[in-house]
Amino acid sequence: MDLSPILLTLKLAAITTVLLLLIGLPIAWWLSKSRSIFKLIIEAIITMPLVLPPSVLGFYLLLAFSPQHGIGKWLRDVFDIQLVFSFPGLILASVIYSLPFMIGPIKSALQQLSPSLAQASYTLGKNERQTFFHVLLPNIRASVLTAATLTFAHTLGEFGVVLMIGGNIPGVTRVASIAVYDAVENQDYTAANLYSLILFGITFITVISVFVFNKYKAKSPLE
Amino acid sequence: MIIFDIEKNLNSHNNLSVLKIALEIPAGSITKIYGPSGAGKTTLLKVIAGLSKPEKGRITVNNTIWLDTANTISISPQERKVGFVFQHYALFPNMTVQQHLSFAANDETWIKELLAIGKLESFADQKPEYLSGGQQQRLAILRALATKPTLLLMDEPFSALDPDMKTELIRELQILWKKQGTTVFIVSHNPQELAGIFDQEILIESPCR
Repeated sequence: MDLSPILLTLKLAAITTVLLLLIGLPIAWWLSKSRSIFKLIIEAIITMPLVLPPSVLGFYLLLAFSPQHGIGKWLRDVFDIQLVFSFPGLILASVIYSLPFMIGPIKSALQQLSPSLAQASYTLGKNERQTFFHVLLPNIRASVLTAATLTFAHTLGEFGVVLMIGGNIPGVTRVASIAVYDAVENQDYTAANLYSLILFGITFITVISVFVFNKYKAKSPLE
Repeated sequence: MIIFDIEKNLNSHNNLSVLKIALEIPAGSITKIYGPSGAGKTTLLKVIAGLSKPEKGRITVNNTIWLDTANTISISPQERKVGFVFQHYALFPNMTVQQHLSFAANDETWIKELLAIGKLESFADQKPEYLSGGQQQRLAILRALATKPTLLLMDEPFSALDPDMKTELIRELQILWKKQGTTVFIVSHNPQELAGIFDQEILIESPCR
């Protein structure tokens, strides 16, 4: 049995989670600080992948990064980068698609912290960055773990977006969910079952680990 | 000398009221601020600390302008660096007693002295969730003192302390404040509290509507 789709999926989920941690933390912090119409619009855009059909998102990403037009053409001409039908393209699509899973829980956790925690830190002479890393972030660890796990698990299960932008290239863009679909199309139910069982097992272990780690912090990993 | 003249809108239960207050307070003195709930006592402290912006006003501390809305001057809370004891303590759940003080100050001798003043030496490695209400309140006071502020703002700072502990702590704090020349504002909702300790008192009545 070809295990490369499973390994590729795990690699994609791990890279997406790390990138989204780096991108999501500052965005969530910024969104949590105050409300303005501009922030509401940004928040709505970030939330769109939750409700938008993945194929629609994938279609627009395919158009945007097609080497024949706009950004895709510019990236190819200037940097010799092609995102469509490539692993970096899958990463980009996964980052955009899983953005709300990372930002939502972290933003909510930051908003639930008492504003006086940050204020106390400011009166001690600490700037916003010091306050974030020494006071705020350590007190939302459980939510950050939840967000990272949800992002990882969500990326494992991506199908529509990755199929649209990545296609089905073995060893390059053929992730586990596409391998399952492919196996079913070819009536190879044994392979489809094996890929599905492995995906189910990894996802179950990932989700249950959050329940265990957050046992004393939250009633459910989704809180 | 601390001079302030501020006007701040207070929002409570959909009613808009205005806190207007103008005072001159001698440096190194202890001022008690009292008045009914919702009168704006905490808001006044937050405006002085730079944590809340008034609609209009001017604050000068020892000839340095901290706030002047007419000239759009407002220095940050980090630059004002007042000591602030929050009513609900605002302790950092992730830090031990020792870490709270180390976060504020880098002076081991001073931290040991503070722990002795607050009688928290044997709790140095405890996080706030394992401290009693009184111990948490003492830690909040010590943390505010750790930066050796010239201006100390305390919001109901002794409410959770038993009478003996309160008397002893206040005695030690008075010695410290005198030694460091600290100007202290203490908010209390109880008119009888702190008798004989303060140099002047301010009554904040229900704000104008």
